[in-house]
Amino acid sequence: MIKRFQILPLDADESSRFLPWTIAFMTYLASLALAGGLALAAVTARFDPGETRNLTVEIPPPLAADNSTAEQGPKARQARVAAALDLLRNTPGIIAAEAMERREIAALLEPWLGKTASLEDLPLPDIIDITVDRTAEIDTQGLGTRLGAAVPGAMLDDHGLWFARITSFVHSTQLVAAVIVLLTCAAAVFTVVFVTRSGLAVHRDIIEMLHVIGAEDGYIAREFQNHALRLGLSGAVPGLLAAVLTIELLGLAASRVDAALLPDIHLSAKAWVVLALVPVVAGLIAMMTARATVMRRLSRMI
Amino acid sequence: MVRFENVGMRYGMGPEVLRDVSFTMEQGAFYFITGASGAGKSTLLRLMDLGCRPSRGLITLFGRDVATLKRSELPGLRRRIGVVFQDFRLINHLSALDNVGLPLRVAGAKPGQIRDHVAELLSWVGLADQLDAKPATLSGGQKQRVAIARAVISRPRLLLADEPTGNVDDTIAMRLLYLFEELNKIGTTVVIATHNEQLVSRFTHPRIHLKDGESMVHVPRAARV
Repeated sequence: MIKRFQILPLDADESSRFLPWTIAFMTYLASLALAGGLALAAVTARFDPGETRNLTVEIPPPLAADNSTAEQGPKARQARVAAALDLLRNTPGIIAAEAMERREIAALLEPWLGKTASLEDLPLPDIIDITVDRTAEIDTQGLGTRLGAAVPGAMLDDHGLWFARITSFVHSTQLVAAVIVLLTCAAAVFTVVFVTRSGLAVHRDIIEMLHVIGAEDGYIAREFQNHALRLGLSGAVPGLLAAVLTIELLGLAASRVDAALLPDIHLSAKAWVVLALVPVVAGLIAMMTARATVMRRLSRMI
Repeated sequence: MVRFENVGMRYGMGPEVLRDVSFTMEQGAFYFITGASGAGKSTLLRLMDLGCRPSRGLITLFGRDVATLKRSELPGLRRRIGVVFQDFRLINHLSALDNVGLPLRVAGAKPGQIRDHVAELLSWVGLADQLDAKPATLSGGQKQRVAIARAVISRPRLLLADEPTGNVDDTIAMRLLYLFEELNKIGTTVVIATHNEQLVSRFTHPRIHLKDGESMVHVPRAARV
């Protein structure tokens, strides 16, 4: 192993010992916040259908009073669904309108009702899934009124409000994650500034001597910046590994919960690459901070 | 080479430690700076090695007015000056070889070139067998010689030494001063600050005596002849 030549004995400084720990804690927190933000971004991307959006029509089962009429049982339900489909498919801007099968509705309800529930015993509504061209401006209120007139009790559910609320919540959470990342970066910067200033004070005699023998400020700054980079990386790598372990354990715990109750949150390959860059960024922040601190201080010396 | 004109120096708002100091040193000269402790010898050397700027007056080094020097010009000028510090300023975790080679390393020389050059110089000061010794294992005289070797490794045109005989006995002190004379003979301007008047009296070199912050230049009769 090649012995590293270090003029300033910065490794022996007391303050150098706790810097990797501090950077490790900061990296751990920043990585978790970043992973959370990236995972939430993937969730919103999955909800966003792109060029289209979806509406749902819910047709309740015929009321008990109607059972006395000629329109009874499955036939009555089919007639109501067919009437709604007819109206919807003739509405401009609607790309597709499909009635959901009973087994599809059962699958949606399974997490709450269990597999053993008999759907025939329950007054489940019929559901029609509608795909709308996003560019076409559909009057959802007018469409809902017309549906109600054609099929009494039918309700049009516009997911726009729900999606807007979810997006707003996710963006707020991402903002909090970004603030956490920025705060941890700021804390790391302050710590490196403190450690570097302490090193400048402790080794003032050697620094003065280096100046006298003709060392440029950049030469002295390199001693500090290389040291800070090394300490930064030695703290950031374990910090990231601990964060990855935490993410994996959370993922394992989430997989044990029923999938339908939790959205499928996972990190994409791109997100893992971003996380892998965290120690590099932490090291560079430490390095650049140390350099800037030293250059600023030395510029005040003759 | 070095010119001081009415130079005054004070630290912060304190009293002037140097007042109206004026002298001129020619290339190849050998000067002693004498005076009691606290007379301002070290401050005078610091002004000459560009370690601080005067409060007033004019200092000219190598034909350049120090007051007009840009910060980026200082390293180049400092590399033409060798300094032996009173407290040696050796770096404890580096070997004698690495300590002496520092000025070359700082100037961008390659490690291979540094080793050969430093080994030769340490041999010249009588420390050929102490290349890898750390300062803590060296005696006061040996440390002083390492410090001198470091000061002259880059062949400076001006060599400044602050109390170079302060930590050694008279025999070693004389040997060190002869070492400085050898350097002076090959063209280096040498300036030595010392409070040891007895030692200075054995040489015929001119001296600048500091008293109460003011300077007086003495040229011994033998030197005048």
